[in-house]
Amino acid sequence: MDKQKKEPLIHITKRKQISKKHEWAIRLGSILIALVVCAIITTVTTHLNPISVYASMIDGSFGSERKIWALLKELSILLMVSVALAPAFKMKFWNLGGGGQVMAGVLATATCMITLDDKLSNGMLILVSLIASLAAGALWAFIPAFCKAKWNTNETLFTLMMNYVATQIVAYYIIIWESPKGSGKIGIINPNTNAGWLPTVAGKQYLLPVLISIVVTIFMYIYLKFSKHGYELSVVGESQSTARYVGINVGKVIVRTLILCGLICGLTGWLLVAGTDHTMTTTLEAGRGFLGVMVAWLAHFNPIGMILSGLLMVFMSRGGSEISTAFGLNNSFGDILTGVILFFVIGSEFFINYQMHFRKSHGKEAADV
Amino acid sequence: MKKRLIALMICLAMVMMPMLAACGGGSSDGGDSGEAEGKMKVGLITLHDENSTYDNNFLASFQESCDKMGVEAVIKKNVPEGQECYDAAGEMVDDGCKLIFSDSFGHQGFMLQAAKDNPDVQFVSCTGDNALVAGVDNYHNAFASIYEGRYLAGVAAGMKLNEIKEAGNLKGDTPKMGYVGAFTYAEVVSGYTSFYLGAKSVCPDVTMDVTFTGSWYDETAEKEGANKLIQGGCDLISQHADSMGAPTACEEAGIPDVSYNGSTKSAAPNTYIISSKINWSPFYEYAIAAVQNGEAIDTNWTGTLDTDSVQLTELNEDVAAEGTAAKLEEVEAGLKDGSIHVFDTSTFTVEGKHLDSYLADVEADEAYEHETEVISDGYFHESEFRSAPYFDIQIDGINLLDTNFG
Repeated sequence: MDKQKKEPLIHITKRKQISKKHEWAIRLGSILIALVVCAIITTVTTHLNPISVYASMIDGSFGSERKIWALLKELSILLMVSVALAPAFKMKFWNLGGGGQVMAGVLATATCMITLDDKLSNGMLILVSLIASLAAGALWAFIPAFCKAKWNTNETLFTLMMNYVATQIVAYYIIIWESPKGSGKIGIINPNTNAGWLPTVAGKQYLLPVLISIVVTIFMYIYLKFSKHGYELSVVGESQSTARYVGINVGKVIVRTLILCGLICGLTGWLLVAGTDHTMTTTLEAGRGFLGVMVAWLAHFNPIGMILSGLLMVFMSRGGSEISTAFGLNNSFGDILTGVILFFVIGSEFFINYQMHFRKSHGKEAADV
Repeated sequence: MKKRLIALMICLAMVMMPMLAACGGGSSDGGDSGEAEGKMKVGLITLHDENSTYDNNFLASFQESCDKMGVEAVIKKNVPEGQECYDAAGEMVDDGCKLIFSDSFGHQGFMLQAAKDNPDVQFVSCTGDNALVAGVDNYHNAFASIYEGRYLAGVAAGMKLNEIKEAGNLKGDTPKMGYVGAFTYAEVVSGYTSFYLGAKSVCPDVTMDVTFTGSWYDETAEKEGANKLIQGGCDLISQHADSMGAPTACEEAGIPDVSYNGSTKSAAPNTYIISSKINWSPFYEYAIAAVQNGEAIDTNWTGTLDTDSVQLTELNEDVAAEGTAAKLEEVEAGLKDGSIHVFDTSTFTVEGKHLDSYLADVEADEAYEHETEVISDGYFHESEFRSAPYFDIQIDGINLLDTNFG
């Protein structure tokens, strides 16, 4: 009877082992297919030559010295947020509050720059704003972590809500400090004195954020890979019961990890206000708290891998806006191409983790992608 | 471990590569801009895209003006009011642009920063108000005396109210208008006051209720605001916000509407009367010509009815009161020759008294002092000391239902 039963056309099994080479072949293959699909969409809907569209995306990211610096700055900020989120996610603490933690740092920095600009020397002001932003970011992460550790509250909702609280407090202070009055905007803070602005390193405006993000990324790589803390949080992530059994204080690990996360997010907020943008708006964080989750996840929480996944995201967004300028297209077109490419990149993870078996090619790895 | 080391090296290489390329790229860029000497390039940075009536008003005429002046248009849309604006302006400079416009108020700080860093390129923050204080030679502001356009639109509204009154169809004892504003800023206050004074000039017993949405573009809030005003007994509605919310609410309720930014006749054929808008072409062309001829651009440029910067869009004869077109022509001529002033102090009172002096906050600095005397010769001199509006007085007859500063 069993032999009479019809075998399904495709069946899916979980892969036991996959070589690095095979893994990357699948990834690159999926990107290639995505590019082909995008090319078809481009040709059909806009009648443009897809090769020139791709060329202008590359030009938008790497076309001039200024564009490369802008790309590196964007990458640095995004990377910092992603790196900050990685340990929490590795611990299976779903921290969706990266954005709020950045905004807390933003608010703290802007507060120092606006209220203390004539009371402290420039160096002291930068130092005070740095400490304030670190503290604010850490506090914003500590609150949900403490409640999780103490009362097992739902961290997903809690961190998400903290984003809105941070944004609204920022909105409140924007009205208090708006300049000019009645505009609803702060504008550039200390435009004439540049008090509290980070110095430019080697004449390059964005070099400092880039350097700081490299240091933070390497630190996080070492922290997760080689430190006792890093090991403890991965045990907590695998199984809280196991962690308890081997004598790890789960609550303490959660709070400690989230404070680290908040510190880095606060630092990011500090870089945004004192280093790059010199203003405070409710949208300064620009969704990086969520985008960072994707960047971290795509890289399997490996900080070095996040450089690549982050670069992909920033490249897509800058390239997307370049094609709208170069070809007079609506910005949504860039978003469509980004969506298609991300769909394939994320989809490739499925084929890395699972194997498809077709009815005839039984047991072979014929059609992986 | 070896493999990981290699992966690490590759990643670092990927990061460093663009940096190295950056160092090499600098010199070739300079060559590029020298090559493209044939056509001057002019840039425009907009906050949103064509889907916003406000940005569309900038975009539509820009390409046309550039074609007319024989320059190449470079457009960047959806640029937020942050460091992105500075970067976008910088990219335009690299691209060879000699003149760069931005369309949103919040861009101004970043445009000013870009102007300081690129002294050879001219920057204009349209609707901005900080050029006067900044004192940077290559940084400018521009606006138009849109209050004159709103005054004229108000005249059309007042005539419609007279018609409703004569027919005995007023909702209350006296005619009442409603106004949906975005924020309680000088720009909006100046706008609704001029509209009200226009209506009052032909319909002396009119009053007006104003509500604010707290957003330049929020279709739902604008529609709700208009409905609230209609339920509150308003006989006619106007708005200063960028969506179709108020016009569609009026069409559904059958209440006449004076629109903004362009005609909304196609969406509201039975209620649309007229609309006022700023035409940016004369300014674009003036600024481009100035750069072409090596002349200086005004620090504060204010377009007027005379420069055709302030326009009324088509009058809907089916809805407007009889004789509106003729009356509008007469008032427009009066505004042009100076026999009529929009903010004539004899036409309005503040807490029952006529004003003979007012200090306005013209210098948009951190002090917020009202430092400049703006009333003389019997009228408030709007947009003369700087292009952006600064009339922020609450006059009698206008009732604010709420305020919203963002």
